[in-house]
Amino acid sequence: MARVIVDVMPKPEILDPQGKAVTGALKRLGFEGLTVRQGKRFEVELDGDATSERLDEVRQAAEKLLANTVIESFDVRVDQ
Amino acid sequence: MTRIGVVTFPGSLDDHDAARAVTLCGAEAVPLWHASDSLNGVDAVVLPGGFSYGDYLRCGAIARFSPVMASVIDAANAGMPVLGICNGFQVLCESHLLPGALIRNDVRTFVCRDQLLRVENTATAWTSEFTEGQEIGIVLKNGEGAYTADDETLRMLEDSGRVAFRYLGNPNGSRNDIAGITNERGNVVGLMPHPEHNVDPLTGPSLDGRPFFASVQRFLAAV
Repeated sequence: MARVIVDVMPKPEILDPQGKAVTGALKRLGFEGLTVRQGKRFEVELDGDATSERLDEVRQAAEKLLANTVIESFDVRVDQ
Repeated sequence: MTRIGVVTFPGSLDDHDAARAVTLCGAEAVPLWHASDSLNGVDAVVLPGGFSYGDYLRCGAIARFSPVMASVIDAANAGMPVLGICNGFQVLCESHLLPGALIRNDVRTFVCRDQLLRVENTATAWTSEFTEGQEIGIVLKNGEGAYTADDETLRMLEDSGRVAFRYLGNPNGSRNDIAGITNERGNVVGLMPHPEHNVDPLTGPSLDGRPFFASVQRFLAAV
């Protein structure tokens, strides 16, 4: 069984109010110079090995459902 | 009598209000269920407000793949009038029946207020009973209602007159003050404010929601 990680992030040009709120909270807590953008991480368990075909399927799943590519970008990688 | 379907997803909130608005405005409201691909022979469809599928993943993202939406998308592409209100607008964007997306309000809070809008396009199936430039008051209530799209899409929407409604006093950071848009054909309209809450003097400060439902009946009568 293999695990594939899909990271989904708001595109740089898209306003990220959650990341902004977290950035503000960190600053209030005394953490200086930390700017946060908030995204999502999906852990996908595959039946069988992470072949290139299976990874392509995960990419299609990310494109179709996990990310909205109008506002988000995604990255697919095998968990080592 | 015009038959207007109102879809109920798990987590829909305003399906009953939408059905009531349809009835008050002289049409027959037909309940449609998310898990069935039947549109029950309706003439038009309303996708109501609420939190379909708990807003899991993204607002509207899971509803977009429900059996009923496969039929709604086919019908919309064939010209059937479809109105998406709030969560329904989010479902329409996720379905790519309308361009762009709705993201969290820039004010980072849920916004609930009576909102002034300007009607920008009266050529759609849902807006013909308005006059261009008319200012109307419609209830607005959402946490993720900021309309966004890339520059090219925004330009296309503006150049082709597809902005249907604009906020007077932008409540949430929507680009170009956009409150609602239409598709190229004008049969699909999505907006964040809730016209179904502005149909009865007992519960709404204006009756400016009624023309939405009158417009679609006029549109269908002319077909």
